[in-house]
Amino acid sequence: MIAILDYRAGNLASVERALKHLDIPCRITDDHEIIRKAERIVFPGVGAAGKAMSDLRELGLDRVLRQRLEAGTPVLGICVGLQVLLDRSEENDTRCLGILPGKATRFPDDLSDENGNPLKIPHMGWNAVHFTRPHPVFESIPAQSEFYFVHSYYPDPAREEHVVATTDYGIRFAAGVCFKNLVAFQFHPEKSGPPGLRLLRNFARWSG
Amino acid sequence: MLSKRIIPCLDVRDGRTTKGIKFKNNVDIGDPVEMGRFYYEEGADEIVFYDITASSDRRNIMLDVVARVAETIFIPFSVGGGIRTLEDMRRVLLAGAEKVSVNSAAVLNPDIIAQGARAFGSQCIVLGMDVKKVSPGEKIPSGYEMVINGGRTCTGMDALWWAREAERLGAGEICLNSIDADGTREGYELELTRLVSTHVHIPVIASGGAGRPEHLRDVLVQGRADAVLVASMVHYGTYSIRQLKEFLAENGVKVRRTW
Repeated sequence: MIAILDYRAGNLASVERALKHLDIPCRITDDHEIIRKAERIVFPGVGAAGKAMSDLRELGLDRVLRQRLEAGTPVLGICVGLQVLLDRSEENDTRCLGILPGKATRFPDDLSDENGNPLKIPHMGWNAVHFTRPHPVFESIPAQSEFYFVHSYYPDPAREEHVVATTDYGIRFAAGVCFKNLVAFQFHPEKSGPPGLRLLRNFARWSG
Repeated sequence: MLSKRIIPCLDVRDGRTTKGIKFKNNVDIGDPVEMGRFYYEEGADEIVFYDITASSDRRNIMLDVVARVAETIFIPFSVGGGIRTLEDMRRVLLAGAEKVSVNSAAVLNPDIIAQGARAFGSQCIVLGMDVKKVSPGEKIPSGYEMVINGGRTCTGMDALWWAREAERLGAGEICLNSIDADGTREGYELELTRLVSTHVHIPVIASGGAGRPEHLRDVLVQGRADAVLVASMVHYGTYSIRQLKEFLAENGVKVRRTW
């Protein structure tokens, strides 16, 4: 069973619907006991980093998540669920979980494409993801597959060896990170069509 | 680099789609869920469901459609039509839509944008704009006026001013429909689209007037749109989403081609 961490973030249900479509047992929960027993954890997120951190702390889910990571449970972070794994976020200058060194940084206002045209913020829509190193969750996903993004802050991990995927939007940023039994993405696999579903299915088979 | 999005728009009345005749493969062309699935598999980047149900007591039918669509397609989709209150937004989002679009209600009560953005995040809130070309004047310096109630009522509000105001209030995206171009199949309103898209920082979806693949290219390149809404040109089988994407790619427009 996969536990989908319920910390009042939006869009938990879309992750649940995608997993159910794949016949993968899952449950949206904030119950520490259920999370401890889960074989895997999805840590989703939509919204602001500050609100996410205060809700996580209030529900004690920051501690549970840390314990499960140390115990070796495979964890998949999505969007804000990736950003808050870092030391801090520039969004409301929030101190985050510090599981991976680095920070979430706002896209610069003067972002432009290769022809010099200004780029919109948020980065919203489909963009190619380059897998910079192999990972079991990428199995059978064609190189350069596009995934759905919507965010104004991007993950900026301090250590190159934590980066598993990059995406270009005016700048090149880390679209995916991994560390031991943890893997996390800035895009939304649950909203990225077949390659996204493939990634979720691979995660459900990954032993960390 | 980010792909330009192609977004089919389905009009839904009392739980049934109102357009679309030339579908193959036993797709029930009246069923928005099946049509949504068809476009999902065809490579649509997003789908818009527009509820044109006349009476508010039939809104629950739409919520049921939204819930069934959410179980069937795994790309973002938005729902518009008749969204007036925060509660309307909440019900549509809880049923499984990614985004809600507000149009007339936001003109009459701009605060709905701010309330929606605070409650659900800007990424959920799409501002729908119906715009008519007029002669520029003191009240309408841009020469584009906001109209509401499906184009029947003029508001005296400048469309460019409103687009920027809505962005300030927290809209995450704009769906910009030209009433003049709508239904003509002679192309999108390039000047309007470029004007709005270059004066806001949020993505702009061009709507109204698409008839040929060149129209999509023109509004994405010259009009600087981030996405295009398509309806009759795909509903009646004249073009497939795949064909449109191939044409755009051949013309140097970045689109998502594998899925």
